[in-house]
Amino acid sequence: MDDLIIAGRRFNSRLMVGTGKFSSNAAMVDAMEGSGCQIVTVALRRVDIDNPADSLLAHIDREKYLLLPNTSGARDAIEAVRLARLARAAGCEPWIKLEVTPDPYYLLPDPIETFKAAEILVKEGFIVLPYINADPVLAKRLQEIGTATVMPLGAPIGTNKGVRTRESIAIIIEQAIVPVVVDAGLGAPSHAAFAMEMGADAVLVNTALAVTPNPRGMAAAFKKGVEAGREAFLAGLGERRDRAEASSPLTGFLRD
Amino acid sequence: MQITVNGKTRQFDAVTNITTLLENLGLDPARVAIEHNLAIVPLAEFSATTISDGDSLEIVQFVGGG
Amino acid sequence: MSFLDEIGKYDPQQVLAAIEAKTASDVERALNAERLGAEELQALLSPAAAAFLEPMAARAHRVTLQRFGNNILLYAPLYVSNLCTNGCRYCGFAAGNKMPRRTLTLDEVEREAQVLHDQGFRHILLVTGEAQGKVTNDYLADCARRIRHLFSSISIEVWPMQTDGYRQMVEAGVDGLTIYQETYDRELYAEMHPYGNKRDYDFRLLTPERGGAAGIRRIGLGFLLGLGQFRVEAFFLGLHALHMSRHYWRTLVSVSFPRIRPADGGFAPLHPVSDRNFVQLICALRLLLPDAGLVLSTRESAVLRDNLLPLGITQMSAGSCTAPGGYAEKDDSGRQFAIDDDRTPEEVARVIRAHGYEAVWKDWDSAFLDKTVHA
Repeated sequence: MDDLIIAGRRFNSRLMVGTGKFSSNAAMVDAMEGSGCQIVTVALRRVDIDNPADSLLAHIDREKYLLLPNTSGARDAIEAVRLARLARAAGCEPWIKLEVTPDPYYLLPDPIETFKAAEILVKEGFIVLPYINADPVLAKRLQEIGTATVMPLGAPIGTNKGVRTRESIAIIIEQAIVPVVVDAGLGAPSHAAFAMEMGADAVLVNTALAVTPNPRGMAAAFKKGVEAGREAFLAGLGERRDRAEASSPLTGFLRD
Repeated sequence: MQITVNGKTRQFDAVTNITTLLENLGLDPARVAIEHNLAIVPLAEFSATTISDGDSLEIVQFVGGG
Repeated sequence: MSFLDEIGKYDPQQVLAAIEAKTASDVERALNAERLGAEELQALLSPAAAAFLEPMAARAHRVTLQRFGNNILLYAPLYVSNLCTNGCRYCGFAAGNKMPRRTLTLDEVEREAQVLHDQGFRHILLVTGEAQGKVTNDYLADCARRIRHLFSSISIEVWPMQTDGYRQMVEAGVDGLTIYQETYDRELYAEMHPYGNKRDYDFRLLTPERGGAAGIRRIGLGFLLGLGQFRVEAFFLGLHALHMSRHYWRTLVSVSFPRIRPADGGFAPLHPVSDRNFVQLICALRLLLPDAGLVLSTRESAVLRDNLLPLGITQMSAGSCTAPGGYAEKDDSGRQFAIDDDRTPEEVARVIRAHGYEAVWKDWDSAFLDKTVHA
C-alpha cells in the first residue's frame, strides 16, 4: 500500500485510531497495536485534582505513534483555539484535530466556528485537520486557507452507520487538493474499505474499536479493510454499468 | 493562600510557583498543560511563574478521545 | 503546486503510448465510470474509442443536458487591434504578414460594440494581438470601461498579463479570460513561436492561474487543433482544466477547440484533425468535465456546427468578424482567420432553436457584483 502523506510527513498506515470510550488502557493499547496505526487522537480534559487518574500518556509510545490532540469539548472557535494551544503547551507537536461540536445530540461539527478556528490556528503554525460535515464548499474553503487535510464525517459520531454521506464525500474527494480522511460513523471494516475504494486517503475509527469485546481482533480486521479498499482503488475498480440507452444516432453525420 | 484550580477554590500552603503546586498535587509537569489566569504557561516557565493569592489555574491532561 | 509542476511529471511520448495502448474494455470502463480521471480520459481519447463514438456522444449529450439544459450561449468576438510583435507561424496576425494593421480608437470600439449589441449579443470577447507598449493594459481597460454598459459579460483574449494586470481588468469590468496554450508540446511550441514574447511557454501556461488568482470568474482554455498530436494535446488540456477547477474552485472553466483554418500566411496543419476525431475529442472532454463550458467558434462550417450542437457544446460565436472595425465597416481585410460559418446571428439563433435548443444571449449580469458600477 502506498504511503499516506500529510503536511509533508509520510505514514505507512491509512487507519487512524481514536482512543476514546475504551473500557481500559489495556484495551486501548490492544486496538492501537492491532490496527497498525501511526496516528492516534486524544482529547484534553481537566485533571481531577482530588483523584488524579493514571496518565494516558504513560500508555502511548510517542516513538511509535503521532499524538493528534482533538479539541473535543469546544463549543466555539475561542474554546477550540484555547484547547489547541494547551495541547501544544503540553508538549505535543503542533498537529491538531479541530473539532467544534456544540450540538450535544449528534455531535455534529459547527462549520462557522470550525472555519474561524482553522484560520487562527493555521496562522499560528498548527497543522490543522478539521472535522466537518460532508460539505464540499466548506471543504474547499478550509483547503484554501491551508488546512492539512479535511475530515468529513461518514455518519454522526458513534452511530456506526457507515458512509451515509457518500455522495457528498465523493464530491469532496473529486475536488480535494489535500488528503481526505473519512472520520466518524465507520462501524465495520467493510465501511472503511468502502471509503477507501471511493478514493479517501485515510479513515479514522474509534467507537467500533472501543465497544467490541475484542479490540485487537477488530482493529486487525479494520487494518485489512483499509488496505483492501486502498489497493482496489489503486488497481482501478470496474464500475456498475448503466443500462444501454437507445437513441437515434448523434454521430451519423460523420462520413469520413 | 486561596487558589482556584479547575473551578474549585482551595487553600494551598507552601506553594510559590507552578512547579511547587504540581508537586503539592502529585502531578507530573511533563504530562499536563497549564493556564494561569487565562494565560497558557509553557513547561519551561513553570518554575518561573509565581502564584499569588486569588489566582485561577486550569490544569488539563490528555485523555482518551476520538 | 502549479500546473507547470504537474505537467512536468509527464513525458508526452509515454502519454501517447499509453493512450494508444488502451483497449476496448478500458473504453467501456471509462464510459461507465461515474467520475472520470486521467486514466479514463486516455481511454476515451484512444484509437480504440473510435468504435464507441455513438455511446460516447449519447452520454455526452445526456450529461450536458443534465448540467446545462437545452441552452447555447451566444457570444461575439470584438477585435480591437491586430497589431502584433509575435511571429506565430499559424496566425494571420504574425508580425511578418503584410496586412492592414489597426488599433481601434475608443469611439470606434464603442461603435463596433453597438453593432453587436443591436444584433442581440450581451456576451463579448475582446481580442487583440500582442504589442507591448502600443496596445497596453490601460487601453484594454479603457475599452472595457467604455462598452460595459452594453454587455453583461466581457471576456478578453489578448496577451498574457501579470496577476496585477488581471486585477486591473477585473476593476474595469472584465469577468472572463480566454488563453490558448496553442500546443502543450514544448518543442513544437518553440518551433511555432520563433520570436516575440509569446515564446515564453511557462509564462503562458501559468496565465490561467494568474487570472484565477486575480478573481476572474470565467477562464477559457484550449489548444490549436492541427498543431500537435490531438490525443496528447487533449489529454493535457483535460489535466489543465481539472487543475484549474481544483485550485481555483470559484472559477468557471471552459474549453475551446479551435481547428486550424487557412490563415493569411498560408500555414497548413501539421496533424490535421478529422471531423471524426474532432467529435471524439469533444465527447471525451465533455465526459471528463461535466461542468465545463465547451466553446465552438465560427472556424467550423455551418453544417458541422449544427451537428455538434447536441454533443456537449454550450457556447457559440456567430456572425463573427476577425478584423478590427469589421462589423461597422464590413471589411475583413485585416482578419486573423477565414470564417467558415458566415450566417448572421439571427440565422444561427434560428437554427439553434430548430434543433431544440434555446439561444441564450445573456447569462450573467455584472450588477450581481456589487463592486461594479455602470458608467
